[in-house]
Amino acid sequence: MDFFIQLLVNGLSIGLLYGLSAMGFVMIFKSSSVLNFAHGELLAMGAFLFLVLTTWAGLPIYLAFLVTLAGSFVLGFAVERLFLRPLIGESLIFVIMLTVGLASIFKGLLLFFFGGNLHTYPEFLPAGLGVQLGNVFVPPVYVASSFIGIVFLVLFGLFFKFSPQGIFMRSVADNQTAALSLGVHVKKVFALSWAIAAMVAGMSGIVLGVINGINVHEISAIGLKVFPVVILGGLDSIGGAIIGGIIIGLLETFTCGYISPSLRDVVPYAVLVCILLVKPYGLFGLVDIERV
Amino acid sequence: MTENGNGIFLQLNNISVVYSDVIQVLKGVSLSVEKHRIVSLLGSNGAGKTTTLKAVSGLLKPENGKVTDGSISFDGAAIQNSSPEQITRKGIIQVLEGRQPFKYLTIEENLKVGTATRWTRPYKKDLDMVYDYFPALTKRRKSLAGYCSGGELQMLVMGRALMAHPRLLLLDEPSLGLAPLVVREIFRIIKRINEEQGTTIILVEQNANMALQIAHYGYVMENGKVVMEGEAHALKENPDVKEFYLGVSAGGKTRTYKDIKSYRRRKRWL
Repeated sequence: MDFFIQLLVNGLSIGLLYGLSAMGFVMIFKSSSVLNFAHGELLAMGAFLFLVLTTWAGLPIYLAFLVTLAGSFVLGFAVERLFLRPLIGESLIFVIMLTVGLASIFKGLLLFFFGGNLHTYPEFLPAGLGVQLGNVFVPPVYVASSFIGIVFLVLFGLFFKFSPQGIFMRSVADNQTAALSLGVHVKKVFALSWAIAAMVAGMSGIVLGVINGINVHEISAIGLKVFPVVILGGLDSIGGAIIGGIIIGLLETFTCGYISPSLRDVVPYAVLVCILLVKPYGLFGLVDIERV
Repeated sequence: MTENGNGIFLQLNNISVVYSDVIQVLKGVSLSVEKHRIVSLLGSNGAGKTTTLKAVSGLLKPENGKVTDGSISFDGAAIQNSSPEQITRKGIIQVLEGRQPFKYLTIEENLKVGTATRWTRPYKKDLDMVYDYFPALTKRRKSLAGYCSGGELQMLVMGRALMAHPRLLLLDEPSLGLAPLVVREIFRIIKRINEEQGTTIILVEQNANMALQIAHYGYVMENGKVVMEGEAHALKENPDVKEFYLGVSAGGKTRTYKDIKSYRRRKRWL
């Protein structure tokens, strides 16, 4: 039983991270229909930026965290501005190929500067952050990641529901022509979705780096888990991305714990296929409201 | 052309519009709109009415269309081929054909998107104004637009446009697919908006009868050209308009397709 709870807690906090990082992916897809194949590399960029700031620049952790978020935000913004905006109006396949190219560039840069070895952050989480739940000890890193995940989730929920920019973003995702006719700055919305997506990805990158260590290949592969996550949740549902993330996270940890660590990456996909057979739009994919 | 009154607000000067570099839709359209008036654009399907509106609002661009010839000036500034972001900020707002709500946003959120051109300023008063014009929206403010009726949606998209404080409102077939009573209600509100807010309105309509009742001036389009124009009451009495758009023949009987030959002949206005 204790083992079960341990896995449950780990799965939930990892899943929350998958969900958040998938949320960024879904945002880009919803506003501009672009599948971002460089998403995993955005996670890695965040993780390495944090590494540089904490070890080489020696910034205090809180500051380094904030600077990483800001840096990732700017990175996402710049990517949209420099690479994607010139392609607006071109066929979607070109844009998607471009993200594949971006993925190689980012990965190449990271390999060039940091090599393919495993790096680790300095130990910075206070041991007192761990929580004792009955017989189960939840390590500090999982407490921290759940906390950060929940905070971000609430912040984004409020942002999309109440802030003007959040509502504009949803309007562009809903009906781009109508948004244009009302003067919504669609290009700004694209830039903002990239910026937010990169920021959340950077944040997930840091936490995953704390849990697993930082390795270019591994982190960008984890980033690609957004694909099963969003397909499971429904490509166009932000809430679905979060829940999809949690399901994949739980499946992984339970497979790892009860069956075999080597099956960790296989079982989630097998379950994914089964779910898609029953619900082809994903669990929360929007079946269009047919009322015009 | 009318040159009295408040001066020309919007002027289309012999514009041609081409889609995808090959399909010419407008072939030299000229029209002018005075401030605070309702101008109606009539014509059959494919005459180029919607394209004319999109040329003004800048929405041709995302559809790969372009004004290749002529000029459009609004309030003294040339606006042809400007982006929709720039044009909406000058105060031209188009209400698209076929009611295009944001289906997954609530009524009130839809209205908030209408403030996109001036989102830093407060909008509470404008919400009250829209609910005053369209009381039917008040009780549905929290429900998703995707689940509202056609009439409610037409009110919603018009209210959404009003939130932007338009100086020139382009309405594309507001009566499309609505029950006659609802159509009458919508047109009554359009007239009220024009009178109370002083909004200049271009109204594209198939329902010529209704449109000419509230419009001050009218243009008739055919095949990408303006073929007739005049004060609304004069157009309404014009025998050709009567026959082809109001469905009344010269003798007062409805026309039958037996007379198709004379229809063809009389249609050559230019």
